[in-house]
Amino acid sequence: MGKTLFEKIWNEHVITAREDGDVLLYIDRHLIHDLHFRAFGMLKAKGLKIREPDKLYGTPDHSIPTTAKVLQDIPEGEMRQTVEELENYAEEFGFTHFSMTDDRHGIVHVVGPEQGITLPGITLACGDSHTSTHGALGCISFGIGATEVQHLLATQSLWFRKPKTMRISIEGRLGFGVSGKDVILAIIRKISAAGGTGYAIEYAGPAIEALSMEGRMTVCNMSIEAGARSGIIAPDDTTFDYCHGLPYAPKGERWDEAIAYWRTLPSDEDARFDKEVTLDGDAIAPMVTWGNSPQWALPVTEVIPDPAGEADPLVRADMVATLEYMDLKPGMPLSDITVDTVFIGACTNSRIEDMRAAAAVAKGRRAQVRTLVVPGSGLVKKQAEAEGLDRIFTEAGMEWREPGCSMCAAMNGDMLAPGERSASTSNRNFRGRQGLDSRTHLVSPAMAAAASVTGKFTDVRTLVEEV
Amino acid sequence: MAGKKGLKPFKTFASAAVPIDIANCDTDQIIPARFLRRPGTDPDYPKYLFHDLRFNADGSEKDFIYNKEPYRGGRIFVADMNWGCGSSRENAVTALAANGVRSVIAPSFGDIHYSNCIKNGVLPVRLPSADCETLRRQLHEGPGAEIAIDLDAQSLTGPDQTTYTFEIDAFDKHRLLNGLDEIGLTMEFEDEITRFTERYTAKHRWAS
Ligand code: SF4
Repeated sequence: MGKTLFEKIWNEHVITAREDGDVLLYIDRHLIHDLHFRAFGMLKAKGLKIREPDKLYGTPDHSIPTTAKVLQDIPEGEMRQTVEELENYAEEFGFTHFSMTDDRHGIVHVVGPEQGITLPGITLACGDSHTSTHGALGCISFGIGATEVQHLLATQSLWFRKPKTMRISIEGRLGFGVSGKDVILAIIRKISAAGGTGYAIEYAGPAIEALSMEGRMTVCNMSIEAGARSGIIAPDDTTFDYCHGLPYAPKGERWDEAIAYWRTLPSDEDARFDKEVTLDGDAIAPMVTWGNSPQWALPVTEVIPDPAGEADPLVRADMVATLEYMDLKPGMPLSDITVDTVFIGACTNSRIEDMRAAAAVAKGRRAQVRTLVVPGSGLVKKQAEAEGLDRIFTEAGMEWREPGCSMCAAMNGDMLAPGERSASTSNRNFRGRQGLDSRTHLVSPAMAAAASVTGKFTDVRTLVEEV
Repeated sequence: MAGKKGLKPFKTFASAAVPIDIANCDTDQIIPARFLRRPGTDPDYPKYLFHDLRFNADGSEKDFIYNKEPYRGGRIFVADMNWGCGSSRENAVTALAANGVRSVIAPSFGDIHYSNCIKNGVLPVRLPSADCETLRRQLHEGPGAEIAIDLDAQSLTGPDQTTYTFEIDAFDKHRLLNGLDEIGLTMEFEDEITRFTERYTAKHRWAS
């Protein structure tokens, strides 16, 4: 029987397997961000060293204010301490670290692929659940906890049980105005926020193949929102073109070896998946979430559902609670919901293509509400500025900020006031995620920009001409 | 396999249990992000558990089950589907442990949170949704009722003395029963790791 893409990479990384099925897996790349600075002190306390410091890459992202350019701009206290300590430990332990003043710094899941640290065929881990993002390049990537971070530092390996495999195929073509974000929200709506638990998801089908690398990263990013620790997409020419020439990607002869190997990775024709799911790409519309779980997503053309129509009493109770928290009423059209703040950024949607999509809508219009545009890295920022996107945003009255996680996790000072409602390109609409009692609606960058210039959820297809 | 002791072993445990009726209770609810930079030794850590569900902005208590007697001291939680989904923050388990919580029973768990629990000596128990619902109902009806867990036997006894059995990965069980420190355990594979790395690096030169 044939093997899946995931199985091929997995098998290549097994150091040892226990009889009960757990394996010790070799990890090619380890990414780390500021929130994990304590790992190094703990490692020292145990008298341990980093086994392969050259496989470790760090960057600050969660704790940097998006108005700060240098460390001294960060208010003194735990935010600055977090950023400073990671930088100091990088020096002490000798691993690569992109500091705040280095254009290469940014959100860890933007930086890895952008630098060629993330590559097809590898295993990659990071103490962050959205590490699933990197699978878009055709590698196995997963988020780990703090204990696993220490384990990985000390041993360059992790214990795992092989997850079940699920293939999600998106048939057909995505319509105009529909992006990777809408695809993944449509998937989570279909399979639920727990539908991928225990699985590694492979995204496939013509609509996935047609996505750019940025779009693929958006899809894989939210695998964890469907419960799956990792998502993966078969590497193809789009992937190879993206990786070619990146700073940490292999060069010359090694590049040729890599390509030859990577071409053997896609799932075999006769590979079997534990579960198969299919969606019609043509039928996907721009999506908006209305609840406190990403599974509560709907096309912008629809209305808030009525819990009374839900048969399962537990789900019904959950819907009632969510509507109360979100201050929404059944039957209300999504397009009637007004927003207070728009956030365009986060590891889901802060790459150059996302900036372009938002700018295309913002161009020549005015923001009706507070709008933050936060590029995912210093390099995305530079590229956007070279293309004049920053001026489009600022002329529309939007704020063009320094890179970082920003209002996605609201740990850097950027946040919603209690009761405020946002249109956000991030990946989580959990209660309080963007600040105490905040109300978050997840959307694509184009839909976020549309919400900014109209003050409410507006079908972006009615604002922009199809070209 | 030997492996160094590191955690408090989990063999049997009995305690008053707390029903948590929240589906998809994400780790942002278990501990809000603004506390993640605090050290695990912070004496306020017990308060961070469910902080925004338990406390108003002025610090006064909200009407939340874990604030109420006799649930307050409960050290076993019975939760709903997809408990601990979302963020990988291990601080969620730190907050549970800071309150002495040693086990969470739920129909399903976020994968990362599940493994974070194992690695900190907190036993995650998967039981069918209907059983969790029954247990939660019994705990509402009989506040302070106990649940007793026997990990070796992979069974637990509910307030009405009904016994349920559960599945757990053999390796996870082994680690919990013995309180093994995983790094110490893996260090015993030093030779295998070295041999693997040499072989792998030679085969995939592009990857290093
Ligand atoms: S952007 Fe948001 S989801 Fe992504 S790593 Fe930062 S905080 Fe996490």
